Amino acid sequence: MPAMADETLFQLLHTQVVAAAYGAGRGSGDEGLRAGLTVLEGMGFRVGQGLAERLPQGALAFREELDTIKFLCRDLWGAVFGKQTDNLRTNHQGTYILQDNNFPFLTQMAWGQQYLEEAPKFLAFTCGLLRGTLSSLGIESSVTASVTSLPA
Amino acid sequence: MRKKNKNKNNKNLNASWLKPYSLLQNYPLYIRSIPAEQELKFHYTVHTSLDVVDEKVSAMGKALVDQRELYLGLLYPTEDYKVYGYVTNSKVKFVMVVDSSNTALRDNEIRSMFRKLHNSYTDVMCNPFYNPGDRIHSRAFDNMVTSMMVQVC
Repeated sequence: MPAMADETLFQLLHTQVVAAAYGAGRGSGDEGLRAGLTVLEGMGFRVGQGLAERLPQGALAFREELDTIKFLCRDLWGAVFGKQTDNLRTNHQGTYILQDNNFPFLTQMAWGQQYLEEAPKFLAFTCGLLRGTLSSLGIESSVTASVTSLPA
Repeated sequence: MRKKNKNKNNKNLNASWLKPYSLLQNYPLYIRSIPAEQELKFHYTVHTSLDVVDEKVSAMGKALVDQRELYLGLLYPTEDYKVYGYVTNSKVKFVMVVDSSNTALRDNEIRSMFRKLHNSYTDVMCNPFYNPGDRIHSRAFDNMVTSMMVQVC
């Protein structure tokens, strides 16, 4: 029973974290936006490093890169968001696309283009999370996110 | 790819040695031995055993058999002591050097020791005040290691 509230709590906390990263007199405009994104991404990175140790407990060793990515899609997404990613695509040359049609941080936003520019703020932490987890598991990466429409 | 090594505990009737190794240069994150004077000798042993660990890890990658365990088992026995290895998914290596005369140690005991080490290391990693790659100064970690070594010696 208590587990059901976990995701909501995390989403609420995340919303506040984003607000805090941009509140308190951080410069406005482009500079401020980038600074906030960096802070959020850095936070996600450190959390990802811890998660990479904690989550695979008892799992067998990852034999190849694809195993690690699959672990991300299933176990990490499951632990953090309570669901798995909807689609995984790769070009077999090191690029992977994880698709989530109902991204929990964005489902609460108003429908339409109005807040599309604000969406990156809510994705920065998750990008950092993925980058941190991958880095801890031995894969140096760069993670970007894009939103096609809200609510995602 | 970053390689982290953690060497842990050599349990010896004479000496125990713990040594975590980390990062590209495979430097230790944590070293512990009982008694503490013979550390240098164990430094060397553990460093050479890293090669065996690498061998096993790459062999695992190519093996068709689905044997992807984290516990590496006995790395190599010498006349004085035996070396056991364990590697985590984040490429942190744990190495344990045990005195050969200590025949009472069974395989599953070693496995459970490595599991405890892994759990404690995970706790250290999740500590927000710990920067990954630093040497480990956690007291909880020290206590866990001490209790393990006392149990064996």
